[in-house]
Amino acid sequence: MKKTLWIGLGLTLLFLLAAAVSLLWTPFDIESLDIRNKLRPPDAQNWLGTDHFGRDILSMVMSGARTSIAVALVAVGIGMGLGVPLGLWAAARRGAWLDEMIMRGNDLIFAFPSLVIAILITAVFGASAVNAIIAIGIFNIPVFARLSRSAALSLWQRDFILAARTCGKSAFRISYEHILPNMINLLIVQGTIQFSLGILAEAALSYIGLGAQPPVASWGRMLADAQTLVSIAPHVALAPGMAIVLMVLGLNLLGDGLRDWLDPKLRVTRA
Amino acid sequence: MIRYSLHRALSLILSLLVASVVIFTVIEVIPGDTAAFMLGVNARPDTIAALRAELGLDQGGFARYLTWVTGMLQGDFGQSYTYRTPVAELIADRIWVSLPLALYALFLAVVIAFPAGLYAASRRGRLGDISVMGATQIGVAIPNFWFAMLMVLVFAIHLRWVSAGGFPGWDQGLGAGIKALTLPAISLALPQAAILTRVLRSSLLDMLGEDFMRTARAKGLSRRQSLWRHALRNALIPVLTIIGLQFAFLIAGGIVIEQVFFLPGLGRLIFQAISARDLIVVESVVMLLVFLIIVVNFIIDIAYAAIDPRLRARA
Repeated sequence: MKKTLWIGLGLTLLFLLAAAVSLLWTPFDIESLDIRNKLRPPDAQNWLGTDHFGRDILSMVMSGARTSIAVALVAVGIGMGLGVPLGLWAAARRGAWLDEMIMRGNDLIFAFPSLVIAILITAVFGASAVNAIIAIGIFNIPVFARLSRSAALSLWQRDFILAARTCGKSAFRISYEHILPNMINLLIVQGTIQFSLGILAEAALSYIGLGAQPPVASWGRMLADAQTLVSIAPHVALAPGMAIVLMVLGLNLLGDGLRDWLDPKLRVTRA
Repeated sequence: MIRYSLHRALSLILSLLVASVVIFTVIEVIPGDTAAFMLGVNARPDTIAALRAELGLDQGGFARYLTWVTGMLQGDFGQSYTYRTPVAELIADRIWVSLPLALYALFLAVVIAFPAGLYAASRRGRLGDISVMGATQIGVAIPNFWFAMLMVLVFAIHLRWVSAGGFPGWDQGLGAGIKALTLPAISLALPQAAILTRVLRSSLLDMLGEDFMRTARAKGLSRRQSLWRHALRNALIPVLTIIGLQFAFLIAGGIVIEQVFFLPGLGRLIFQAISARDLIVVESVVMLLVFLIIVVNFIIDIAYAAIDPRLRARA
């Protein structure tokens, strides 16, 4: 099973590297149009061909990686940053009305898929990458809140927590100093999974025009542009789509591999 | 069971109430005046005021919320600002595309996932299992709208088996409607089928380690019999949870897939409404989507209790 971890890590690093390199250099400038060279199939000069404006698709895919990764990463950060404290708080007050409120609130957010949140936000503020981040981030909150609550609940039953309580530590300090460090592994694994879901969500949002706006390159919008061209130039649809699949596949394999590696007990029951 | 159902029903009503407040509040903070937007920049102030009064925009927020909610309870979703027809009619036209699409996709996902999950679990660790699991990894990673584009390329453009998009309407016959929804439903179902397969397999494998499975084998049931009669029923609980969550994604994901296939569903309606600033339509369609999701999850909760009597006690 080690193999999946390495494949996942390799694919993930590849895209992170592509995104990082695109900050400094891409094979061609993606903001300059070259209509004479439009829709060229892949060749020695444009490795993945050119799009309907004559832009180099490899350069677009590299810059698109940056958008996808930035959106998904910040969305995971929002979900963790708000969800984990809420989950810890709910667990520390288990059974009390606060716990009940937090968990019912989470249930409610689950009824608003990130796409629906994005539609609401877009209707109010217009489409942008920031609104895509907020929409995906809000949907991540209950995921992390539920996970950290259930992990914390079982940790609270352990003897070392009892020891900490007899030392007179407050619930806040126990959550922060003892509970949180013991669930970092879980959070890393879930974070990887939410990261990959974030990439998919960002692609879907930009595909329907609710994500990053031109001239920012985005895989989802590349696919939206490719839709009417797919019959005459299939390569314009293949490259961004494959980029999404490989990036998501890499992150999922990484998540699975990390779970096996960080927690051998879970090996038996992995989905 | 009755007490449990009542408890769940109460929390269902509360959720719907809070959801409606959230949706209304979000839409209400919208900057800009709908009436002014509809009439254009050259409109006279008294015309704008008259339109505001006609649309009921001159009332206070709480009064408008009450009008909206009580209207919805009676099946009156208000009047569309741009179409000048009742929102309920607009929704009624389009829901007959969106809802069948989601249900068709859910059906396909279940039909694919159950055999695949059972097969993988019964061949655990062997080639069959590994191939199914590998396929699900790919299935989970493929964006459904991209898969839809590829299917259009193959089945509509190259093979010419189906049209690339559009919807003939149910009055053209059930067959024509189902044919038009088939590619969209497959593309919606594929990632969900992959997730469901993985959940079913791991849930079944959890059950195989249980004592009652050993008892079943000890009393003389074959592996297959014990798998079908005992493991499957117990494995269904996590699977039902996922099916409930997936319905939410199918309803929302349908909005994206409708764009690929140019289907006149709720997704199309909502995008037209956003660009025309027809907020009452956005508000009502979003509320309807959320209503569907909450109600389906309520039904799933009740279904759990029917499958697993232990859950009733915990209410």
